[in-house]
Amino acid sequence: MRLTINGHAHAGAPRPGQCLRTYLREAGWFGVKKGCDAGDCGACTVHLDGEPVHSCLLPAFRAEGRSITTIEGLAGPCRPEDPVPDAVHPMQAAFLAAQGFQCGFCTPGMIMTAATLDQGQKRDLGAALKGNLCRCTGYRAIRDAIAGIAHRDTAMSGDPVGRSLPAPAAPEVVTGRARFTLDAPPADALHLRVLRSPHAHARIVAIDTAEAVAIPGVVAVLTHADSPQRRFSTGRHQDPRDDAADTMVLDPVLRFVGQRVAAVVAESVAAAEAGCRALRVTYALRPALRDPDLALNPDAPKVHDPVDRPGHDAPPLMRHPNLAAEVHGAIGNVAAGFAEADVVYEETFRAQRVQHGALETHGCVGWRDPDGRLTLRTSSQVPFLTRDALCDLVGLERDSVRVVCGRVGGGFGGKQEMLTEDLVALAVLRTGRPVLWELTRQEQFTATTTRHPMRLAVKVGARRDGRLTAISLDVLSDTGAYGNHAGGVIHHGCNEVLAVYACPNKRVDGYAVYTNTVPAGAFRGYGLSQTIFALESALDEVARALAIDPFELRRINAVRPGDPMVSNSLEPHDVVYGSYGLDQCLDRVQQALQADPGPEPETGWRAGTGMAMAMIDTIPPRGHHADAQVSLEPDGGVTVRVGTAEFGNGTATVHRQIAASALGIAADRVRVAGADTDAVGHDTGAYGSTGTVVAGLAVLRAAEALAMLIRRRAAALTGAAPDACRLTGGAVETPGGPLALAALGPLAAGGRADGSPRSVAFNVQAFRVAVHPVSGAVRILRSIHAADAGTVINPMQCRGQVEGGVAQAIGAALYEDLAIDAAGRVVTQALRDYHIPACADVPDTEVLFAHTHDSVGPLGAKSMSESPYNPVAAALGNAIRDATGARLTATPFAPDRIFRAVMAGVSGDG
Amino acid sequence: MDLNTIETVIRPRARADLPDWRAGDACLAGGTWLFSEPQPEMRRLVDLTALGWPSHTVAAEGLTLAATCTIAQLDRLELPPDWIAASLFGQCCRALLGSFKIWNVATVGGNLCMALPAGPMIALAAALEATCTIWAPDGTERHLPAADFVVGPQRNALRPGEILRSLFLPAAALARRAAFRRISLSPNGRSGALLIGTRGSGGAFALTVTASTRRPLRLAFATLPDPDTLHRALADAIPDDLWYDDVHGTPDWRCHMTVHLAQEIRAALADEVSA
Repeated sequence: MRLTINGHAHAGAPRPGQCLRTYLREAGWFGVKKGCDAGDCGACTVHLDGEPVHSCLLPAFRAEGRSITTIEGLAGPCRPEDPVPDAVHPMQAAFLAAQGFQCGFCTPGMIMTAATLDQGQKRDLGAALKGNLCRCTGYRAIRDAIAGIAHRDTAMSGDPVGRSLPAPAAPEVVTGRARFTLDAPPADALHLRVLRSPHAHARIVAIDTAEAVAIPGVVAVLTHADSPQRRFSTGRHQDPRDDAADTMVLDPVLRFVGQRVAAVVAESVAAAEAGCRALRVTYALRPALRDPDLALNPDAPKVHDPVDRPGHDAPPLMRHPNLAAEVHGAIGNVAAGFAEADVVYEETFRAQRVQHGALETHGCVGWRDPDGRLTLRTSSQVPFLTRDALCDLVGLERDSVRVVCGRVGGGFGGKQEMLTEDLVALAVLRTGRPVLWELTRQEQFTATTTRHPMRLAVKVGARRDGRLTAISLDVLSDTGAYGNHAGGVIHHGCNEVLAVYACPNKRVDGYAVYTNTVPAGAFRGYGLSQTIFALESALDEVARALAIDPFELRRINAVRPGDPMVSNSLEPHDVVYGSYGLDQCLDRVQQALQADPGPEPETGWRAGTGMAMAMIDTIPPRGHHADAQVSLEPDGGVTVRVGTAEFGNGTATVHRQIAASALGIAADRVRVAGADTDAVGHDTGAYGSTGTVVAGLAVLRAAEALAMLIRRRAAALTGAAPDACRLTGGAVETPGGPLALAALGPLAAGGRADGSPRSVAFNVQAFRVAVHPVSGAVRILRSIHAADAGTVINPMQCRGQVEGGVAQAIGAALYEDLAIDAAGRVVTQALRDYHIPACADVPDTEVLFAHTHDSVGPLGAKSMSESPYNPVAAALGNAIRDATGARLTATPFAPDRIFRAVMAGVSGDG
Repeated sequence: MDLNTIETVIRPRARADLPDWRAGDACLAGGTWLFSEPQPEMRRLVDLTALGWPSHTVAAEGLTLAATCTIAQLDRLELPPDWIAASLFGQCCRALLGSFKIWNVATVGGNLCMALPAGPMIALAAALEATCTIWAPDGTERHLPAADFVVGPQRNALRPGEILRSLFLPAAALARRAAFRRISLSPNGRSGALLIGTRGSGGAFALTVTASTRRPLRLAFATLPDPDTLHRALADAIPDDLWYDDVHGTPDWRCHMTVHLAQEIRAALADEVSA
């Protein structure tokens, strides 16, 4: 067929069932993204004769004779490999000016949609953008872009720290040129597809591959017979022993619906899919464990049965084979504490299974370099730990494996896992060919990871004056079929939630159990969002019982500098008050709420306010390492090499600002190259919100070391003392006059940070909500969030991290639930059934920053990525309680789940 | 998404070009559902848009909508001013879960054939007493009330090889006053209950219940029922197992909201002068 793409004639025959999205990508237009491939997310939006359409839903043959515009051609005719145009479209310029993106994966579709909106549609963006999902920003920055509101600081002089500089990749992101994981595939790549288990628990008796291998185009079929026998954990940590090695690349035992059964590698996706359908598998079914409450019963089905793993590492390593991890701790005397309390509140809460919903699904492409090295380009937060895991798995030395990331389309913890790389590596080693594996959105829901669902029994005692006398927390965490992050999440989840309160008596008993369900894993907040929901809800009831203002109750009990930070044991730790801004956060939120409580609710709706707070350690425990290399190039520019991937966390911007500040040069003279295991020695990865506080500190140290080298060289050239030479304005001022940096390079210096000591960051959230007393619908009238992030290196970006965290948490608090049916099958397999917040669901949040300077982090900065998520569910629940009298104990607070409690509460029976 | 098992696309220019029906065939209109889910059983697509049906015809007797009329075309229709129920068109378009970009492609007929309980074109057609014209493979036609066209969730009344050709909405129905209510778990989410009431100039009242039930229901009353009568009629018409249960709303909430919205509609149409 013939058509026009971005102003140029194009000819090519689409496959009969091909959609326009893949047709355009195959033609080299990689700005057309796959978020859902089902018409829900809008990331693939293009213009068909000027009208916006979801290209994933449009049969490609319907483009015959039509004119297609993709994000690359929005500003004018272009060819696939053309660079960023000099003049961009006004909507692209608006997204640049507002920096209306984070990871940028939704951005092409967002801009292509926004560019077609008329004034009427712009007045109701909630409706106009319901077909465009963004998981990072919380939409405020997008709404601002469309409204023409600019935020970026474009001045290139002065100290860049503390200024809202734009992301280095912004021009590429808004013009569709940014290369995400699978936007640069080798031309001859094979495609991998996986047959997944239809059973929650079964053993593979036999796999007949004969029909599959006979299909034209099928190159290889991989079954458990081809799998390395070594076990590993998909969860990646600095110390691999943090996670139980309970997973195989391909395991003859299937422990959840959706687990890999076998993989087919073929010349096309179609042949690989056909190969999967042609596999004949005989299963021997086993009893499945669905309910975590039953997991530790003596007769519960064993998810990891010792009979499957004879040998020294056979389970049970624990008291019960279904126990994946546990935490127990106590300080003081909890029973005595409750006895002396004037009020005791006790309740059991439940936090549900939710999913990250990163717009870019997991995916990976692997090949052998000309020198034979195994190379993987993957969508990961942990390229170095993935390389190390692959080396262990397939028995290669570290210098024989390279892992790199392109731009990564969102993480949220979901990419602190090795979920595709192991199988792709195996397929590359088997076939000798490049192999590409892109998960479908359906696979993302059914077979990656989720937040750990938890049952949380909390008990709080307090004296009449508001002083807490005792807190106990009993946690049951469902880690699903595999134990990735089971231990880390339950330990972390039971830590800062308690450490933030100066209460003399505390007790925690927590269990993470296996079930035959999709595995849980690392998720923004790492356990704290669940436990904080329970405790901060309970504290709200305590405040009510004592008639103490909820802000005041926190002030009375929160730790202050000088107080020991104790969660549930008196063991020494390396967490310090690098700075303390919790008091400011509480004050600022309370004042902002009083100053403007938001609009009045509509007639018939009940209004109420609620708040909650959260503390988080700025760095994960027991070592988090980052190397950075900063080089002065011969042209006088600077290159920063780090291991950190950019996935919307904004670290590339922050690292650039830190280096520019230390070297006294303009930020746009600094290039950041990240996420390549060849670039630096090591990087634990961008998880635990460490991109600024660990990798950023390494960058600062490297840049300061480079500054010293530059001064010394300038001194040597001019005969001055190094101390008399100063880097400023992109040159070195010496007593003999300025020297251009270009005259001093090349020079390079390294820096390293090891993640200790650690500090604490704080978040306080308040909402005013309206609740409909009949339907149970909840509308947010006002949202205020204060954060203590220490020195805010980039206010615009940090605000975005807070807004995005709040939005994602609103999704978990009001809508999202990765439902699993009685057979263990994930019910919500598409974004239209798993509702992540759309534009209409997320109000603007007023973001306030405490003014503190951290003694631990680089330039006084603290982490601020995960933590804004953590107080949101409790603050919403507390606001609904205030509005209706109903104490909700389980998220999400969806109308159909809460209307009975709301009606009872409103009528006084609650 | 790519439907990799599709081997052939047939683009008939006339009814005579329609192929003999066989297993693995699917009719393609807008494709917004077909291409949104894996369809491993499908082998052949029959592209109905190639038939070139005019999107609509306005006549004194009423409005005819081709099955391939897009949601966007429906939303833009200019209709006689006395067809006051046409205000429902825009409301039903907006009730579609898909965005305005989907409207550019998705079709009225496709929404009916999908037979999802939340399909807003089903609600529109049922409330306005539309009649479906169905092409049979033997070259004949048959007609069916829209309310009977949807049999259950993702189940329609088409027999193998039959094609939904058009909908006819009678002028009498279009001239009635109408009231529309819907609710979903999120502001723009998939409808958990979508109800439409109509009131004729003679006072007759009809209530169409969709989204909350597994199939559309139309309750007709010669005069406006009092609230108790309406409540009882709903209870009689909708047994417990007819309430729909999926992630977009529990059955008890759908039931609760259906009763609530029905009473709102009754109250809105109680006024003899205006809705």
